[in-house]
Amino acid sequence: MELLSGGDILIRALKDAGVKDVWGYPGGAALHIYDALYRQDDVFHILVRHEQAAVHAADGFSRATGEVGTALVTSGPGATNAITGIATAYMDSIPLVVISGQVPLSKIGQDAFQETDMVGVSRPIVKHSFLVTRTEDIAETIAKAYYIASTGRPGPVVVDIPKDVTDPSYKVPYHWPTETKMRSYQPTDKGHRGQIKRAVKTLIQAKRPVIYTGGGIVIDNASEHLIALAQKLNFPVTNTLMGLGGYPGTDPQYLGMLGMHGTYEANTAMHHADVIFAVGARFDDRVTNDLDKFCPHATIIHIDVDPTSVSKNIEAHIPIVGTCTSVLTEMLAIAEQLAIKPDTEALAEWWQQINQWRADKGIYTESRYEPSLGTCIKPQDVIKMLYKITNGEAIVTSDVGQHQMFAAQYYLFDKPRTWINSGGLGTMGFGLPAAMGAKRAFPDKDVACVTGEGSIQMCIQELSTCTQHNLPVKIINLNNAALGMVRQWQDMNYSSRYSESVYEDSLPDFVKLAEAYGHVGMKITHIDELEEKMRECFAMKDRSVFMDICVDRSEHVYPMQMPGGSMRDLWLNKTERT
Amino acid sequence: MKRIISILLENESGALSRVVGLFSQRGYNIDTLTVAPTDDDTLSRLTLTTQGDDQMAEQIVKQLHKLIDTIKVVDLTVGSHIERELMLVKLKASDADIRAEVKRCVEIFRGTIVDVTASSYTVQLAGDSEKLDAFIEAVRDIGIMEVVRSGVSGIARGDKFLRV
Repeated sequence: MELLSGGDILIRALKDAGVKDVWGYPGGAALHIYDALYRQDDVFHILVRHEQAAVHAADGFSRATGEVGTALVTSGPGATNAITGIATAYMDSIPLVVISGQVPLSKIGQDAFQETDMVGVSRPIVKHSFLVTRTEDIAETIAKAYYIASTGRPGPVVVDIPKDVTDPSYKVPYHWPTETKMRSYQPTDKGHRGQIKRAVKTLIQAKRPVIYTGGGIVIDNASEHLIALAQKLNFPVTNTLMGLGGYPGTDPQYLGMLGMHGTYEANTAMHHADVIFAVGARFDDRVTNDLDKFCPHATIIHIDVDPTSVSKNIEAHIPIVGTCTSVLTEMLAIAEQLAIKPDTEALAEWWQQINQWRADKGIYTESRYEPSLGTCIKPQDVIKMLYKITNGEAIVTSDVGQHQMFAAQYYLFDKPRTWINSGGLGTMGFGLPAAMGAKRAFPDKDVACVTGEGSIQMCIQELSTCTQHNLPVKIINLNNAALGMVRQWQDMNYSSRYSESVYEDSLPDFVKLAEAYGHVGMKITHIDELEEKMRECFAMKDRSVFMDICVDRSEHVYPMQMPGGSMRDLWLNKTERT
Repeated sequence: MKRIISILLENESGALSRVVGLFSQRGYNIDTLTVAPTDDDTLSRLTLTTQGDDQMAEQIVKQLHKLIDTIKVVDLTVGSHIERELMLVKLKASDADIRAEVKRCVEIFRGTIVDVTASSYTVQLAGDSEKLDAFIEAVRDIGIMEVVRSGVSGIARGDKFLRV
């Protein structure tokens, strides 16, 4: 049997785990691993400019493809820089394996140079973590890491490897396990049949149903199953921020996003529903508003692969633990067999009511904001233009803030895995590295990073990575020269005292900055030049383009739920409320 | 309400810190915690007590189950069970009357005096937590120098058992 060093075993194991790309940054404790990378051609390494971006890029790659993303960092600061990325993936249930170098075993606990207890520091934000103490354990640990990351409710797994474990002079036989089994980890797949049957009966008899779906639909590739069931039942569907694209955004049964910045029709329908069918969603506080006032009339059916998500915030009347695909498939089959007929009359009435809400206050039936005029460019119009020019087919990543909400509201995602954002943790700086990951996965697709001048500056160094590794992404910078969402809250709750949310005259010239990194920069200050410039931007297929678009500083994101209210208690614009 | 939760855990480094970390992370309190390897030394048996209503207990059990190192979790308080805790108490006992009083108390509570000096007795006592509390109250006025409690260990009554 061939003898390999720990570094070589690690890389071989990554290859056997199906890894093609690793995003990372070298350093002392990881140098044996980096030397092993250098001596092979199976696993490709992309050098980022900051470890946070390595994890975000691996995350973006994973969200775009469904595969496990991989990042490699060194010990100490390399590991701690990766923490924000890991927490981001953890909150959104994204499968990642993050490998960190560690100081040699004999130095652990000695406060050695670049030593950090990575397993300890990352513990609350990982699905699981390993400290590998023997070269012989590397392959099996890697196999377990990928298995754990990708099954059940996915999540990030940290593998911390002390430097002496990858010592080139110590060689052992390589063995890749053909099967990974763990007595302590057996994720549930199939839901309880009796519960599923009860759920189907309740659904079919519903008079005012709403299907409320989340990131679980996207993560579990259950979009087609959802569409089949929703269309068979003719039920309205609303997606969470994480679930966008899970149900086609242009379908007539789609009500738009729900929650804090959800549509009037989605939030109002939820409030009045008699049956809420939650699939792969977790009743997050950004969805429910005040828990005590949440959907007072509804029977709640909840499918989730994670038992802890069920009845955590809102008690489910019919809980089903299982994967979205397996449970929805079974529900469809049962629905075919059952003799009960849906109450078509009640449904028709429900749709009539919903369509009335749409016509009255929906953001898709009519523009609910002042139109752009001259140099006053409305951010919503920029997103609409992006949608038009990319035919709604781009992969859109975003950072965090107003621009994120405008993108979520006005880019109608028809396909899953085309909307990539940090929903749970709300990580500014996520957008650009995530776009790199998505572009690496789909080099022929348009990848747009919708961002703001605040967020983009948190990972702007990655423009250099785009140059080195030829990752031509399009940056759509909604520049309002302020931290827009902070400013909006300050307008609404702090009498417009803009505490530390404005940049004065300190913003860089983004056009020159983009050019300095070897990209194309564009500045747009007038609505009339937007379409032409954006067409030009997307016509440059092999260039990264930074579109710095000066948008209306005073614009707010609406609708917006009122704190302490029910789902339907909304601000519709600066003066009008429900 | 008091909950006794029993966990079968992989006996691996870091496993215990994940359990303890989970409690602080999710805002639950641990009142007592005992842990030791079982007859199978790849497994640890952990018993912890906490306070919570039914919904909270269900969440705690589910969250513990979600930890990768956890093999089995059970809330013993749901069914009938046996609860035991060991306590060592060092008491001031220099004059003859007090020494006699301590001995009587120890007898009543079915404890054992396991160490003696000219000025102190060390008492060993096992039982459920309430019994140990009652003993402490009984000897409080005598003069307690030190109390060490093991925390609760528990096991279900009857034929039910927790094993891989």
